[in-house]
Amino acid sequence: MELICPAGTPAAFHEAVDAGADAVYCGFRDETNARNFPGLNFSREELKQAIAYARKKGCETFVALNTFMRAGAEDIWYRGAADAIACGADALILADFGLMAHVAEKYPEQRLHVSVQASASNPDAINFLVDTFNAKRVVLPRTLTIADIARIGKSIRCEMEVFVFGGLCVMAEGRCSLSSYATGKSPNMNGVCSPASHVRYRKDGRDLVSELGAFTINRFPEGEAAGYPTLCKGRFDIADSSGYAFEDPVSLDVMGELEALKAAGVSALKIEGRQRGKAYVAEVVKVMKAAVNSPPEQRGALLSRLRSMSEGQKTTSGAYEKRWR
Amino acid sequence: MPERTRPGLTLGPVYYLWDAAKWRDFHFRIADEAPVERVLIGETVCSKRQHFIEPHLAEVVERLEAAGKEVVFSTLSLVTLARESKQIREMAAESDHMLEGNDLSALAVLKDKPHTISPLINVYNAPTARLLASRGAKTICLPPELPFASVQEIAENCPDIDFEVFAFGRMPLAISARCAHARSKGRIKDNCLFVCGEEPDGLPVKTLDRQSFLTLNGVQTVSHACQSLLGELDDLVAAGIRSFRLSPQDCNMVEVARLYRAVLDGVMGADEAIAGLQKIYPAAPLSNGFHHAREGAAWVARARNLQAS
Repeated sequence: MELICPAGTPAAFHEAVDAGADAVYCGFRDETNARNFPGLNFSREELKQAIAYARKKGCETFVALNTFMRAGAEDIWYRGAADAIACGADALILADFGLMAHVAEKYPEQRLHVSVQASASNPDAINFLVDTFNAKRVVLPRTLTIADIARIGKSIRCEMEVFVFGGLCVMAEGRCSLSSYATGKSPNMNGVCSPASHVRYRKDGRDLVSELGAFTINRFPEGEAAGYPTLCKGRFDIADSSGYAFEDPVSLDVMGELEALKAAGVSALKIEGRQRGKAYVAEVVKVMKAAVNSPPEQRGALLSRLRSMSEGQKTTSGAYEKRWR
Repeated sequence: MPERTRPGLTLGPVYYLWDAAKWRDFHFRIADEAPVERVLIGETVCSKRQHFIEPHLAEVVERLEAAGKEVVFSTLSLVTLARESKQIREMAAESDHMLEGNDLSALAVLKDKPHTISPLINVYNAPTARLLASRGAKTICLPPELPFASVQEIAENCPDIDFEVFAFGRMPLAISARCAHARSKGRIKDNCLFVCGEEPDGLPVKTLDRQSFLTLNGVQTVSHACQSLLGELDDLVAAGIRSFRLSPQDCNMVEVARLYRAVLDGVMGADEAIAGLQKIYPAAPLSNGFHHAREGAAWVARARNLQAS
C-alpha cells in the first residue's frame, strides 16, 4: 500500500520525500485548498521545485484543489488546475463537480483523484465520479467501517485511499457548515475550519475559556491542558449533562488495522496534517513507512512510538470501528 | 430574460422523527390549508427511521395531490450501507414521482430522469449547476451556506434552471456516521431505541456558558437559530429565484407558509411578517447571516440591509 503524506511547506515536503513517502500532497497558498491557513502552502515556483525534487527521488506529488469554486471566481480554481498540471502534478485532488468537469474535459490525460471533501461514501456515488470525470482514485470519507470499505472496494472501478492517522473529522467531510455558522468561514468555501482568526481565549475566574466567534467551545479548569477550539471537539451542555457532545479531543489512528485495510482492497494510506511542522511530518512518515514495510507481528513497537505523537496522545479508530457510531 | 413567473413555495422534508400519526396529520393539514405548491416527503436523515412513516405514505401522497400539490420523494442524505444504496436505486426505478437527491449516489441513479437537488448537495457555482441540469436536475435548492452574491451569480448564469433557496427553518449544518443524539442519552447508533423521537424539534446543544448554539436531530446537526429570509425575498426574486423552501419545524407551518406567501404577493411588509414569524416560532431566534456573507447564526436587521443597498 502507498503512503500518502502531507506537506504544508516546502521544508515539510522535503522531509516527507526523504522519509520515504510514496506520494506527497499539498496545495497552493490560496482559497483553492482545504488547508488555507496563514503561513502554509505553496507558491507556483515552490510547487515546481518540490515536484522536481520528489520526482528525482521516485516520489509522486498530488495537488489538492479541494474547496468548492466561488461563484463568479471560478478562474482562480481553473488557473490552479492549469498551473498544477504545468508544474507536473501527478494527480489533482478535487471536490467540486464543476472543477472536475473542467479538468476532465480540458486535460483528459491528467490523473484525477476524488477528495474526501466530495463525500463519495458508496459505490453508486464513486462510480458516478469514475464514469463522469474519469476519476482514478477516491479518498473515502471517515464515515465508513472497514467492512463497508471492503464491500465498496468490490464494486467500484477505481482505487481507494483512506485516512489512517492524524486529525479526525467527526462529520461527513464536505458536508459541514458548523464552522461558518459560528465564524462565516467554512471548509467548503474558504478552506478553513474553526479558523484561528476567530479564536479567542479568555480567563474567567480560574477557568480558561476558549471561544470561536461568539460561542464558547470549551472551558478548562486550572491545571487542565487547554486545546484548540475546533468546533466539533468542544464541550457542550445537552439537557443536564455536559461533555464532549460530538467527539473527544482525539486523533485518528488505525495503523493497527493495516492488514484489514489491505484485505479490504485499499491502495493508499493517507496521513492528515498539512498544518503540521516538518519535524512531525518527518518522524510520522518515517515510522509509518517502517510499519507498512514490516511484517504485522513486528509493528507493535513502531506503532506505540507513533501513538506518542498524536494530538493530546489519545487516539480513536473513528468510524472504521462500528461501535464508534 | 423570460418573464418572471409567480415564485412558489416548497415544503421541505420533515427532518425530525415525529410519531407516525403526527407526521400524517401534519401533512394532511398542509394539503388542506398551506399555500405551498410542492411538498417533499420521505426520511432523509437516518435510514433506521424509515419504517415510521411508511404506513401513512400512500394516504399522505393522495391527500396532497388531491389538493393540487406536487409531491416529490426525497432520499437519504448519507448513504453508506448496501441496503441504503439499494433503496435509492429501487426508488429511481419504480417511483412514478419526481425524486430529490440528497447524496451523490442519487445523482448517479437519477441520471436522465427529471429530479430535484436538495440543499445538501454541494452546488456552489454555475458550472456545477449546469452539470447537474445536463443530467436531469430540474430544480436545485441551493445550500444554506451560500451568500447572496453567489446565489445571484449562479441564477444569472443558469437562466434555464429553477433555483430554490432555503428560506425558513433550522439549517442543516452537518451529518455524521455517529449519532450524537443517541450518545447524549447513553446509547449508540446501533442500539438507539429511536431516542431522537423524544425531541420533535431537536435536542438543544448549549455552550458551557449556556448560550443556545446547535440542535441535534439524530445523526444530523442543525442550527439553533432559524433561517428567515422574509426580508430578503424581494432581492432573491429579483435575482431570479423561482421558489423558496420552508423546512418544517414543530410549529404552525401553515401560518409560516401564509406569511411567506403574503410577502411574496406584496400584501404584507417584511417587518410585519418577521414579527409574525417570531410569534409563530418563538423557540429559536431568527438568522440570515449566511445570506449576508456573515456567520450563519447572525441576524442582519432590515435597517442595515437598506443602508447597505
